[in-house]
Amino acid sequence: MEATVPGHADTHAHGHPPSGLMRWVTTTNHKDIGTLYLWFSFAMFLVGGMMALTIRSELFQPGLQILEPERFNQMTTLHGLIMVFGAIMPAFVGFANWMIPMQIGASDMAFGRMNNWSFWLLPPAATLLVVSLFVPGGAAAAGWTLYAPLSVQQGMGMDMTIFAVHILGMSSIMGSINIITTILNLRAPGMTLMKMPLFVWTWLITAFLIIAVMPVLAGAVTMILTDRHFGTSFFNAAGGGDPVLFQHVFWFFGHPEVYIVVIPGFGVVSQVVSAFSRKPLFGYASMVYATASIAILSFFVWAHHMYTVGMPVGGQLFFMYATMLIAIPTGVKVFNWIATMWRGSLSFETPMLFSLGFIFLFTMGGFSGLVLAMAPVDVQMQDTYYVVAHFHYTMVAGALFSAFSATYYWLPKWTGHMYNETLGKVHFWLSLVFFNLTFFVQHFLGLAGMPRRIPDYALQFSEFNQISTIGAFGFGLSQLLFLYNVITCIRSGPKAPAKPWDGAEGLEWELPSPAPYHSWETQPTVK
Amino acid sequence: MLRPAGLLVLATVSGWAQAEYKLNFQEPATKLARDVYDLHMGMMYICAVIFVIVFSVMFYSVFKHRKSSGRAPATFHESTKVEILWTIIPTVILLLMTWPVTKTLLQMRDSSNAEITIKATGYQWKWGYDYLKGEGEGIRFMSVLATPNEQIHNTAPKGEHYLQEVDNPVVVPVGKKIRVLTTANDVIHSWFVPAFAVKQDAVPGFIRDTSFRADREGIFRGQCAELCGKDHAYMPVVVEVVSQEKYTAWVAEQQKKMAASAADPNKVWTLPELVSRGEAVYMQNCVACHLPTGKGLPPVFPALDGSKIATGPKAGHMEIVINGKAGTAMAAFGKQLSDADLAAVVTFERNAWGNKTGELVQPSEIKAARK
Repeated sequence: MEATVPGHADTHAHGHPPSGLMRWVTTTNHKDIGTLYLWFSFAMFLVGGMMALTIRSELFQPGLQILEPERFNQMTTLHGLIMVFGAIMPAFVGFANWMIPMQIGASDMAFGRMNNWSFWLLPPAATLLVVSLFVPGGAAAAGWTLYAPLSVQQGMGMDMTIFAVHILGMSSIMGSINIITTILNLRAPGMTLMKMPLFVWTWLITAFLIIAVMPVLAGAVTMILTDRHFGTSFFNAAGGGDPVLFQHVFWFFGHPEVYIVVIPGFGVVSQVVSAFSRKPLFGYASMVYATASIAILSFFVWAHHMYTVGMPVGGQLFFMYATMLIAIPTGVKVFNWIATMWRGSLSFETPMLFSLGFIFLFTMGGFSGLVLAMAPVDVQMQDTYYVVAHFHYTMVAGALFSAFSATYYWLPKWTGHMYNETLGKVHFWLSLVFFNLTFFVQHFLGLAGMPRRIPDYALQFSEFNQISTIGAFGFGLSQLLFLYNVITCIRSGPKAPAKPWDGAEGLEWELPSPAPYHSWETQPTVK
Repeated sequence: MLRPAGLLVLATVSGWAQAEYKLNFQEPATKLARDVYDLHMGMMYICAVIFVIVFSVMFYSVFKHRKSSGRAPATFHESTKVEILWTIIPTVILLLMTWPVTKTLLQMRDSSNAEITIKATGYQWKWGYDYLKGEGEGIRFMSVLATPNEQIHNTAPKGEHYLQEVDNPVVVPVGKKIRVLTTANDVIHSWFVPAFAVKQDAVPGFIRDTSFRADREGIFRGQCAELCGKDHAYMPVVVEVVSQEKYTAWVAEQQKKMAASAADPNKVWTLPELVSRGEAVYMQNCVACHLPTGKGLPPVFPALDGSKIATGPKAGHMEIVINGKAGTAMAAFGKQLSDADLAAVVTFERNAWGNKTGELVQPSEIKAARK
C-alpha cells in the first residue's frame, strides 16, 4: 500500500489559509469543520445538560420550588430539541467529517464549501432556540414533539423554534448529501463497498435516512406555522383538519430520527470492539445487512408512538408486529459484537469500556423498547416516565456513550497526544453509575403511573425522583472530567504513535498522529 | 454549609426508609388490567432470561479472554450457520409472544355492550363529565383539582392525596361495564386511570372511546397523561367505584342538585350577589391563567385588571367569555358554564381589582348574547 504522508510542504499547497478566527469561518477543510462540529456539539451538550439539571432540581421534591409550570415546559422542550439536534446529531457529523475521508482514503469531503455552510447554519439555529427563552411569552413549551394544537396556541417562541428546525434540517440535509457523495465517489482504489469500515457504512445508511425524513419534519412544522399565522386548518377539526395528523407526520420523521441518532454509534462500537478484542469484526456482512434492515423497518413503525390516540385496532396490530420485527436485526448486532469478543485478546482502555457500556445498556433500552412495543402494555406506559427511562437508555447510554467511545478512540489521531487513561476510566465508571442512578429508577416511576412532562407530582413518586435528581447531578458533573481530559490531551500529554491501539484496523492509522492538515493527497490503494 | 447538607441527606434517607416502594404497576382493579399486569410480568421474565444468557456469554469473555492473561486472539470472523440460528431463535420467541398480546389487545379495544356511557371532555385544565346513557343519564359536572394552591407552593403541608384529588369524582357502580367517550375542548388531553389499564387520548373535535369494568369498590386515581399546557400536572382523574345501591342513591342526589341549581332564568340579580358567585366561578375556571390578582402572565395569558375588554363595552366582554378566542388558550366558556355563572363571572371581572365599572350583567343578557 502506498501511504503517502504529505509533509509540512502541504500547508503551502493551497496558498495561505487565513489564520485566527477567519480560518474557522472560511475553512473548507474536513478536519477543521469536524472540530467545529464537535466543539459546537459539546457546548450544546452543556446547555442542554444545564436544562436537564434545572428540570431535575424542580423535580427533587413535590410542589413548585424553582420554576413555574410554563417555564418548566419550556425547559423540557428545549432540552429535547437541543440534545437531539444540537448535541447528538452534530457530534456524529463531526466524527463523520474527521474520519470518513481518512477512513476511505479521500483527501477531503466532496463539497468543501457546502460543508462549511452546513456547519455555519448551526450556530444561528441554536441561538434562535436559546434566545427564544427570553422573548415575551418564552420559548416553545409544547414538548420537543411540538404536538398540535398545543403548539398552535403558543407565543413567538414557537415561531423561532420552527425557524430553527428549518435551519437545522437544511444543515443536516446538506451534510448528508456531502457524506453520501464522498463515500460513493471518493473511495481509494480497491476500497469496495463491502470493505468499508463499519463506521462509514453506518453513516452511509444514516445519511439516506436523514435525506428521507428531515423534509417531512420541515413539512410538519411548516403546517404548524401556517395554522398559527395564515388561517389554515391542517390540525384544527373545526376547519376540517385533524390534530392527530400532526402526530402521524411528526413520527414518520421521528422514528427514523431515533435511528439516525444511534446508527452511527453502531458503527463506532463495531470498530472499537474489534480493535480491543484484537480480532476482526464477526459477521461483517450481516452487520451491514442488519443495519440496513433496521433503517428500512424504521419507516414502518411510526405509530407505535401513538397507541393511545385511538387508531383502529388493525392499525395497532400492524405497528405492533412491525415494531417487534426490529428486535431481530438489533439482536443480530448484539450477538455479532459478543461473538467478536469471543476468544479474542481483550483489553479495556476507555474506548472499549464505553463500547461495552453501550452494548450492555443499549440492550436494556432495547428490551424496554420491546415491552413498549406491546400495545396493551404500552397503554399503561405511554407518556409515563417508563418511556423517559427507555429513550434515555438508547439516547444517553446508546448514542452518547458511543460518542465518548469514538472520541477517546480517535483523540490520539486528532491531537497527536494520548489522553489520560486513568481519568478516562474514572469518567466511564462515574458516568455508568450515575447514569443508572438517574434513569433506572425512572422505570419504576413510570410503572407506578407518573406521567412525563409534569413539574409537580403526587407524594408516592417522591423517593425515586430524589434518587434520579442526585444521579443527574452526578452524571452532569462527571462530564467536566471529560472536558478536562480532552483539553489537556490537546495541549499536552505523551506523544501518540501513528497507531496507538495495536488491534486497530483501517487507513486512518496509517497516517501520522496528529493527522496532517491535508491527508491522502495521493490516494492509497487498498488490497 | 455542611450541616444543612447533612440534614438534607439524613431527611432524604429516612424518608426512603419509611417510603412504600412502588416498583410495579398499581394493583389492578379490572380483569383487563390484571391481564396487562400478567402480560408485562411475562415479558419481563422472558427479557430477563435472554438478558442473563446473552450477557453471561459477554462477561465470560470479558473475564476469560483477556490480553493480560497472555492469550493470542482467535481469527474466526464469520459463520453463516450461527447467523441463521440467531436470527431464527428470536423470531420464534417473538412469534410466541404475539398470541397473548394480540388477545389482550382485542379485549382492551372491545367497548361494546356497555351498561353506562360517560363522556369525558378535557379542558385546559380540568375534566368535564356527561353521563350519556344508562342509569344516571343526564348528570353532568366539572371535575377540578381540589388540592389548595398553598400546598402546591409549599406554604401548607401536603395532604395524602396531593394532586390526585378532585371536587367531583366520577362515580360508577362496581361490576358494570362503563364505556368512556373522550374528547377535548382545546388541545389534546389523555384520560388515564392506571388501576383500570385505561389511557385514552382526548382529541379536540373527535370522539374516541375506551371502557372498563371495575371488579372492586374503591377510589382510583390517575391524571391527564398528554402534555396540555401550563397546568398539565394539575388535572387529575378520580373514579369512585361504589356498590349498586350507593350508585342509585348518588344518582338521585345528583339529579336533585341539578334541578336546584337550575336558577330561575328571569330572576334579576343584585351586584353583590353576582360578584360573590362570580368570584367562586372565577377561582374555578379563570384563575389558572389570569391569576387571583387578575394580572395574568402576559403576553400569553393577558391581564384582566385594567384590560380594555373587561372595562370596555359589556358586549365585547360577554362575547370573548362565551365564544373564547381562536388560536389561544382562551376557551369558549359558553359551552361549559350556565347563564347565571357566566353573568356572575363577567360581572365579577368588571368589578374586581382596579376594574370599578359598577356595571352588572344579568343572566338574561347572557342568554341573549349566545348565538
